[in-house]
Amino acid sequence: MSAGVHIIAAPGDIPAPHIEYGQLAPMLIVFGVAVLGVLVEALAGRPWRYRIQVPLAFAGLLAAFVWTIVLAWRHEPFHVAAMGALGVDGPTLFLQGTILVLALVSLLLIAERSAAHFTAQASALPGSEAEQQSMSAGITQTEIFPLMMFAVGGMLMFPASNDLLTMFVALEVLSLPLYLLCGLARRRRLLSQEAAVKYFLLGAFSSAFFLYGAALLYGYAGSVRLSDISAQAGQGAGGETLLLAGIALLSVGLLFKLGAVPFHMWKPDVYQGAPTPITALMASCTLVSAFGALLRVYYVGFETLRWDWRPAMWGVAIITMVVGAVVAITQTDIKRMLAYSSIAHAGFLLTGVVATSRQGLSGTLFYLAAYGFTTIGAFAVVTMVRDAGGEAAHLSRWAGLGRRSPVIAGVFAFFLLAMAGIPLTSGFTGKFAVFSAAVDGGATPLVVVGVLASAIAAFFYVRVIVVMFFSDPEADGPSVVVSPATATAVALGLTVTVVLGVLPQPVLDLAGTAASQMFVR
Amino acid sequence: MILLVTLAVPLAGALLLLLPGARFLPGDAAVRRYGVAVSGVTLLLALVTAAVFDHGEPHRMQQGVDWAWAPAIDLRFHLGVDGVSLPLVVLTALLTFLCFVHMVRHPPSGGPARLLTALVLVLEVGMLGTFLALDLLLFFVFFEVVLIPMYVVIALWGGAGRRAAAYKFILYTLLGSGVLLVGLLLVAVNAGTLDMVALAERHGGGLSRGVQITAFVLIGLGLAVKVPMWPLHTWLPDAHTEAPTVGSVLLAGVLLKMGTYGFVRIALPVAPEGAQVWAPWLGLLAVIGIVYGALACLAQRDLKRLIAYSSVGHMGFVLLGIATLTPVGVNAALFGNIAHGLITGLLFFLAGAVKERYGTGDLAALGGGMLTSAPRLAAFLTFASVASLGLPGLAGFWGEMLALLGAYRPDGGLPRETFVTFMAVGALGAVLTAAYFLRLLARVTHGPVAEDRRDAVLPAPTSSEYAAWVPLVILTLLVGLWPKLLLDLTTAPVRTLLGGG
Repeated sequence: MSAGVHIIAAPGDIPAPHIEYGQLAPMLIVFGVAVLGVLVEALAGRPWRYRIQVPLAFAGLLAAFVWTIVLAWRHEPFHVAAMGALGVDGPTLFLQGTILVLALVSLLLIAERSAAHFTAQASALPGSEAEQQSMSAGITQTEIFPLMMFAVGGMLMFPASNDLLTMFVALEVLSLPLYLLCGLARRRRLLSQEAAVKYFLLGAFSSAFFLYGAALLYGYAGSVRLSDISAQAGQGAGGETLLLAGIALLSVGLLFKLGAVPFHMWKPDVYQGAPTPITALMASCTLVSAFGALLRVYYVGFETLRWDWRPAMWGVAIITMVVGAVVAITQTDIKRMLAYSSIAHAGFLLTGVVATSRQGLSGTLFYLAAYGFTTIGAFAVVTMVRDAGGEAAHLSRWAGLGRRSPVIAGVFAFFLLAMAGIPLTSGFTGKFAVFSAAVDGGATPLVVVGVLASAIAAFFYVRVIVVMFFSDPEADGPSVVVSPATATAVALGLTVTVVLGVLPQPVLDLAGTAASQMFVR
Repeated sequence: MILLVTLAVPLAGALLLLLPGARFLPGDAAVRRYGVAVSGVTLLLALVTAAVFDHGEPHRMQQGVDWAWAPAIDLRFHLGVDGVSLPLVVLTALLTFLCFVHMVRHPPSGGPARLLTALVLVLEVGMLGTFLALDLLLFFVFFEVVLIPMYVVIALWGGAGRRAAAYKFILYTLLGSGVLLVGLLLVAVNAGTLDMVALAERHGGGLSRGVQITAFVLIGLGLAVKVPMWPLHTWLPDAHTEAPTVGSVLLAGVLLKMGTYGFVRIALPVAPEGAQVWAPWLGLLAVIGIVYGALACLAQRDLKRLIAYSSVGHMGFVLLGIATLTPVGVNAALFGNIAHGLITGLLFFLAGAVKERYGTGDLAALGGGMLTSAPRLAAFLTFASVASLGLPGLAGFWGEMLALLGAYRPDGGLPRETFVTFMAVGALGAVLTAAYFLRLLARVTHGPVAEDRRDAVLPAPTSSEYAAWVPLVILTLLVGLWPKLLLDLTTAPVRTLLGGG
């Protein structure tokens, strides 16, 4: 951040920006691996691609994660990088680390070969001869790996973006690959493609909102830097309309990404249609990333305007919790139910945002990490329960699973209880952390709605448990396919859910330290 | 440290059952004996706790354990026992032990014995922990630990309508504990501590009147679901009726007390001003509960359902005692807790025995003349009913009498006329209680044996049934004849909790 000045620009020259490569290495590694992955697709022979892509992706994510830890370990990170475009600070590193770990676990699901989740050839029309051929040729789609890496790179950048333009670029980088990935399911391809189109159209729409909001804010503040916007708003410079309209439009774009009501319509369809490993990736990593960006925008950019946006955020949090919990009750598809549960959880997380305090920030960080693992574990279990037509997604097909394979059903029940927030699971610790921050921030009514919504939510979690354990199994019910990679993902999710429930102190400390200086501006 | 062991033994017992059944304790009979052994050790530990308890200073927290668990969210592993919790701890350990003894010969059908044993042991951990916890968050954790095992016990081993009953149970209680959590959070955030002892010593100091009023209503609502207070009681009849005998005994005997204990331990001392404001309403709902419970009992046709509704009435007396905010009333409430645990535990054991022998709990189908056809069972049933209706000399009398006495002279800040009215209505409820129990006895134990049952031979109570019933009978008599035993324990700590010095 010091050196930009050194370069004295000759007339007509473009000054080269100063980039702190070391500080940004995690993102760069992931993007680099993504580019390498594209090259592998272009140059390596088909039989080799899977064998190269998977280790490459794992190595990339792992290296990025290790680098993130080193960055956080070496010195108190609290500065901006890349000419002020990206922030490197405690919360960002925590979020990036969380995203990377969750992406690693999702990668276990995505790389699963014994139960193929992805279509052999995306361009082949469903039901066509070309599809038959590609299936019988035993082709596996390996483009998913570079696509996923691009998405993860975008997710790492999204919460780090210190200005609205970078944030928009990150938003697009993370979204576009996801739109594609959603359409690649091997079974029920039409549903999957419909999901992809829906996600793309609505996502493009919300991006436009985001961009329009950014433009209005630029018009107001004369800068897209969050700190400049904050400073201008603090001075009470004129153009209140521009400012508020800008905040509103920008918020629409952000709230869409995390699926807050009333911008949640895409979530159930997309979660249901997308290949389940991709759903797991979206439900965990994208949520973490979107919340990271939301936190940064509201805690840095609009911090001085707290009294303007808080009432609106109250409203959004309340209807998100209530709608998510209530509509989930009527769902009969497991993935749709988990989608609505994810909406409800977005609402619980928003109570932490409303708190606008250090505690609120650290609570939200902890909650994101805890929920990410639980939800990946739950989706991993969903991929295991299969019948002839692929995953047995309908709730009625899960009847009696507890008798057929008690361990898997028990684990799933545990994940559901964690989502319901029963003590001694990570869900309780997380909820407690955000709710206590919200009460501390004077949002007690919001917390009352929150606990009532979580009691309603518990209703449908318990309903699934009842179906699994207390219903008689169907004769031709689904079987549980246990394969090593998926089982590892489930085991990891379970371990973290238990540990964060019983011994949450180290991670709470970590989140607390990460949040101690709040965001850099 | 002994408290820690008391909790650790059932927990370890439950965890050991996770070992594969082929190697560790194969066969149901072995598992049942194991359950008796583990709960027996726990009971012994509870008795040792009572023995080493310094009866000279019952208001002081004894045998304390205080470790940091998760300092970031202020969760401490803080346990202790005083005169208020000691009787409840012993009652819990005793009832759990008796349940296991009962199950040796009368196992409920529905699921594997291994699972049931493990669940009841986890249940015991949660119940004991609730009474021992001295940290608000730890209290809440234990309070919740109880839910899932009890839910599964009802849902797997229950009667015909078990699914709906289990559902209702868990939804009501989850909703209640959610509200309770908000109340606890509100207190914790405003007072800056979760330590129940420190909060009780402050008597609301540091909490503004508004916060106290809100906190009391939130905590109170959360606990009232568990008690249950009218009109939040509707989960109770279904859950008690459908649950297997063990489930009903523990539900009525211990789980309901977690609610009233919470009132005495948390709600009253932490938010005294809030208590002053809400006490008349609490009293009103308590009295409605007394009368409603009694009237509902008069209309019941099923034995277990009748006992379940009688709990609503009895817990109404306990709540009335609490609502007076006087040492007399609160002592009465704590006494009523124990008495109800002993008597209703016994009643549910007996109802289970009746159902087992007659195959039905329907009063009309039972006919009459049990004293002729099953004299011993009928004798026990008569004793338990008479104890439950509050005959002087038995345990049920003191709790109700003292609660009414407390209502006659409520705390100075409370409207006396209102409470005297409550007392009068409550006394009417006591009369109605007598009426329905006598009606029950008249219909079931007395009269001629029904034609179709005349030749049926009903098995005499087995040794394990006697083993489960007799201790409860003895304790009912003991506590009834010598109430000082309990009152000595509770009087001093109640004074401390109420701030009387």
